[in-house]
Amino acid sequence: MKKEKIIEGLLKFSALVTILTTVGILYVLLSESISFFSEVSIWEFITDKEWTPLFVNKHFGIMPLVMGTLLTTFIAVAVALPIGITIAIYLSEFAPKRFKKIVKPLLEILAAVPTVVYGFFALMVVTPFLQSFIPGMSGFNSLSAGIVMGIMIIPYVSSLSEDALSAVPKSLRNASYGMGATRLQTAFKVMVPAASSGIIVSVILAFSRAIGETMIVAIAAGQQPRLTINPLVPVETITAYIVQVSLGDVAHGTLEYKTIFAAGITLFIFTFILNNISFYIRKKFKEQYD
Amino acid sequence: MTRGQINRLKDKAFAYFGVFCTLIGLVILAFFIGNIFYDGITRIDWDFLTNLPSRKAEKAGILTAWAGSIWIVIFTFLIVVPLGVAAGIYLEEYGEKSKLSELLEVNISNLAGVPSVIYGLLGLEIFGRLFGMGNSILAGSATLALLVLPIVIVATREALKAVPPSIRAASYGLGATKWQTVWHQVLPASFGGILTGVILAISRAVGETAPLIVIGALAYVPFTPSSPMDEFTVLPIQIFNWISRPQHEFSINAAAAIIVLLLITFVMNGIAVYFRNKWQKKINW
Repeated sequence: MKKEKIIEGLLKFSALVTILTTVGILYVLLSESISFFSEVSIWEFITDKEWTPLFVNKHFGIMPLVMGTLLTTFIAVAVALPIGITIAIYLSEFAPKRFKKIVKPLLEILAAVPTVVYGFFALMVVTPFLQSFIPGMSGFNSLSAGIVMGIMIIPYVSSLSEDALSAVPKSLRNASYGMGATRLQTAFKVMVPAASSGIIVSVILAFSRAIGETMIVAIAAGQQPRLTINPLVPVETITAYIVQVSLGDVAHGTLEYKTIFAAGITLFIFTFILNNISFYIRKKFKEQYD
Repeated sequence: MTRGQINRLKDKAFAYFGVFCTLIGLVILAFFIGNIFYDGITRIDWDFLTNLPSRKAEKAGILTAWAGSIWIVIFTFLIVVPLGVAAGIYLEEYGEKSKLSELLEVNISNLAGVPSVIYGLLGLEIFGRLFGMGNSILAGSATLALLVLPIVIVATREALKAVPPSIRAASYGLGATKWQTVWHQVLPASFGGILTGVILAISRAVGETAPLIVIGALAYVPFTPSSPMDEFTVLPIQIFNWISRPQHEFSINAAAAIIVLLLITFVMNGIAVYFRNKWQKKINW
């Protein structure tokens, strides 16, 4: 019986590693950030409109990085949301079973392609293509990065939304057909409202994924933090800044080194809030039909 | 036209729009992959695979990059598989509806949503500095193992859940202990599902770039690693490095290296899908 106990202990420890990971992340982000904020006031961090920690004239305003992150994220979601939800509705309400069976794993490929590859795509193909009819578009810009990121997160929206639509009981759909509704009317007036919480969760997760995406924006969106909503000029996202500093030779303990943790904790807070909203919605609005 | 006809027309139109949306992403991806093949395939030869990196584009190869990727994959695998499978077993077979397992569950779903670059910061401080591993293969593998751990745990739990309770009851009925039941009955029966999850996790690790850059993996490593404590580079970092250079020859190198990376990713995902289908068919309780 002793062996059984030891094994159970080992299994439990393995599960606890996940808790240790969270604790580790929080510890690392907090300890370095606290040290950062002892030198730079939080007020300056939030209100300064410039982010130039690597220059001689240093400014520590996170807003330009946040703006760059939100800009690329909104462009990505603007691409992925309509396409992803249309795919979900089409697959669950219109498509033949065989088509669905082939297409679903194919769509997953979009999410399986390494992001550095998408970065290459954005920089080398999409930007030159857009430049051919948008004069004055910079070689690095948030538009290309956002569009490509949107293509990448299509399967996040489509597959979760499709799961939500599939979970709606058949009887609702049949009742709608029985009243003489077309498939389209049934989809938008019955199925989508019934699956709305699942669809919202898929959208929130897509947001969270786009905010944390790194390589596409590091390659294609540029490395110039600026407070703008112009999608044609170079910007820098929080993630791209962390990569930029990591590539250079910044010594541990310096203020520059600590900036990546201050940026990191900002990023973490954004995704943490989004993930928990989606978790809450999933728990709270779990549809019960029986 | 009557209202009914208009509605039917709208219905049809949406069906076509649906097909269009479903295919657009895939068509763009196919176009892009075709484009990369066109650019890069002629660059791939034996020299490209076996040359060290170089400042001259036409002499540069990806030997250190793919060697580094293989080291990383092996050590990530060795760390994540025992940890992830054990954690999955604990949650599914041992952790009865306790407060702890509820906490673990919320925590794991939260970890799955943490951006990969944050894991890089974790690895940089904890493995790199606190454990003194620096920017070694071991530090990189440990970081990636934590990153893909939720994938393995979730896949393990799904696979264990699919094993019907009657199997466990029969094993207990014959006098087996809990662990004997898990080890000899439940685990073998869920092997396919677990394997699928592990392959997907490793495939994700192969393509990861950002966390490894953050822990300090180098873009230029002039030798192939010979121990897990060596510095390293990986394919995605080599690609990133080549993309960032202005000369056209380097972007051709990047395209060629992307072909290699995509090949690895697609083959692994293909194997995972194959196993999933095979096991689903075979096991009919």
